[in-house]
Amino acid sequence: MKTILQSIRALLVFTLLTGALYPLIVTLIGRTAFADKANGSLIMADGKTVGSTLLAQKTDSPRYFWPRPSAADYATVASGASNKGPTSADLVKSIAERRAKFGADAPAEMLTASGSGLDPHISPAAAQQQIARVAAERKLPAGKIAALVAAHTEGPQWGIFGETRVNVLSLNLALDAAQ
Amino acid sequence: MKPHDFLQLGIFLGALLALTSLLGSFMARVFTGERHLLTKPLGWLERLIYRGSGVDADKGMSWRGYAGAVLAFNVLGCALLVLIQMTQAWLPLNPAALPNVPLDLAVNTAVSFMTNTNWQAYSGESTMSYFTQMAGLAVHNFTSAATGIAVALALTRGLAGKHGSTIGNFWADITRSTLYVLMPLSILFAVVLVGQGVVQNFREYDKAELLVPYKTQVAKLDAAGLPVKDAQGNAVTEEQTVTEQIIPQGPAASQIAIKQLGTNGGGFFGVNAAHPFENPTPLANFLTILAIFVIPSSLVNMYGRLVGDRRQGWSIWAAMAALFLVGLAVMWWAEVQPNPVTGLTASMEGKETRFGVFNSVLFATATTDASCGAVNSMHDSFSPLGGLVTIVNMMLGEVIFGGVGAGLYGILLFVLLTVFIAGLMVGRTPEYLGKKIEAREIKWAVVGLLAPCACILVGTAIAVSCAAGTATINNTGPHGFSEILYAFTSAAANNGSAFAGIGVNNPFYNYGLSIVMFLGRFAVIIPALAIAGSMAVKKVSPPSTGTFPTTGATFTFLLIAVILIVGGLNFFPALSLGPIIEHFLMLSGRSF
Repeated sequence: MKTILQSIRALLVFTLLTGALYPLIVTLIGRTAFADKANGSLIMADGKTVGSTLLAQKTDSPRYFWPRPSAADYATVASGASNKGPTSADLVKSIAERRAKFGADAPAEMLTASGSGLDPHISPAAAQQQIARVAAERKLPAGKIAALVAAHTEGPQWGIFGETRVNVLSLNLALDAAQ
Repeated sequence: MKPHDFLQLGIFLGALLALTSLLGSFMARVFTGERHLLTKPLGWLERLIYRGSGVDADKGMSWRGYAGAVLAFNVLGCALLVLIQMTQAWLPLNPAALPNVPLDLAVNTAVSFMTNTNWQAYSGESTMSYFTQMAGLAVHNFTSAATGIAVALALTRGLAGKHGSTIGNFWADITRSTLYVLMPLSILFAVVLVGQGVVQNFREYDKAELLVPYKTQVAKLDAAGLPVKDAQGNAVTEEQTVTEQIIPQGPAASQIAIKQLGTNGGGFFGVNAAHPFENPTPLANFLTILAIFVIPSSLVNMYGRLVGDRRQGWSIWAAMAALFLVGLAVMWWAEVQPNPVTGLTASMEGKETRFGVFNSVLFATATTDASCGAVNSMHDSFSPLGGLVTIVNMMLGEVIFGGVGAGLYGILLFVLLTVFIAGLMVGRTPEYLGKKIEAREIKWAVVGLLAPCACILVGTAIAVSCAAGTATINNTGPHGFSEILYAFTSAAANNGSAFAGIGVNNPFYNYGLSIVMFLGRFAVIIPALAIAGSMAVKKVSPPSTGTFPTTGATFTFLLIAVILIVGGLNFFPALSLGPIIEHFLMLSGRSF
């Protein structure tokens, strides 16, 4: 009985400490030091929110660069992946459809759905492959588009961590700004 | 396999080794009650927690008293968490107006977080309110990790103690773990994560205007909000133009920091650490993987210090590191092989561009080694042999660094078994750290090692032979079997990751896996504490020429062999039916 009473009291104490005090400390420091990032790295234009640099948006128009396929159709509530296995006939079918849409020379990550369904990046190869289309649709010289792609290409972080990548939404916003 | 990948691996191992010694020595001071860095700034809070809980933290407990406190604290916490989930609609901090969680899902989630599993049959952003995430789930991230450390400490005291029948005080152990180890590290890590882009706020979900609005088909609803059906009874759809993107928000960073450091693994968002709001940059990803291993690895170092011979810790650490590296190498190789079925090499299905193959593989190895269960890529879409490694890592009992505390007490059961087998081979009474190991301890160790194995095999067998178990699999062929095997393995090993295609938010899996998670946790903890109790009272005799040394390469090798034999022999038939046969069918180009 004594143990049960102690457990109940300890639970309340731990809830206050780790369930209230701890997240409040983190929120306080986080929002003071990194206000934009704590709020979702939102992109503002004309006083309106137009997206987050961290989340892909569904983009079908040929005038823009396309993000990677999303198994959840770019849903944010709730996010999702295909979870199709390596011998899945459905996966084979999806890959064939994407190859038809993106072209036979599309790199592997454009043929496969991302883990989050919201992958904000594509590889430089996937961006290169789309330059000609975007340039033709916008009647802009390919060199100008290629320069924008280069400007939006990030190398590994600190030169060490992760892969080289291009942020699709940032690139698309820059495309519109350059028009 | 680029040179760049090896560089990242080298930095990872170097950072892990450096932190292991540093944190190991700090924890040894904390848990022996010596003065340390945080005594002065936080000592008053420790005493306040004891007063608030009404406990006498200086009083030693018998193993039964200790086990009683572990069970009471955890089971009551579980009940409270069920209550919070089932009333969240009426509680504060619910800006997305999420409804109360149904009973079967609430029970599953509560057991899951209490047992440090963090199996998730739901997507956080569409199911759990900020209040539930923060005051319910995150609290258990701390207390379940602290419970793991406490049990590991109790077993250490039993094995090495020279003070009679007590094995420490549970309240002191969980308080010190939380206050001096888990919380300071989590605050530090969470702030770094916010700096990388992880959200931390109490805002409503934002709405963003889409750059390119698009048309989509949605179910047509009548005036009462019910789906409209046509004459054949099929749902009618209508075209709708989508112009907005909902941007989920919430106190994510604070939760993510502890779910990694506490090897809990329960994501704030449905796709866990693949979600750009949980794991936005490669640096965040690197630190997130490091956070999985840092405490389990340091606890082994601390163990060596507490038993008075650091080599005892390092020889166990070496076995863990070897198993980690072998698993990593196999999975890495498997993930860059060509797949004749899809025609792709290095499949990026379920993986994120910023991480690529290597950082997905490193994460997947660490998270299944250490019973964390967070994922930054979808294991379900891995190659058959890559997926095999994730399952085997869990089947070996989560002792490759393992869960916080759970890895240490788990591998100590294997150590006792190894010493016992070595003793049988040379015909002497086995002893460990100068104390004799007898039938009673070995019986308990075998219970602790075999209980999770039985849960996996019996659970999978039941699921595959009834309709409720097979109704919700996402892949057909051998991969469908692997999804079920993975689910029970993950639950029994208190890992929490999944071949996530399988639909588990139904009463069969919610209740079934709750039972497995509970047994997988407490059918190991109780034997560990019982062994602590019976070893505590034994006399220490000085080592003689007949003592089998438990340091050095021979012992490490023997320990690895025992771990692999128990895991391998138990599970080889089940694995043959899943990932192994799928591998060969894939090579012959078969799809399902």
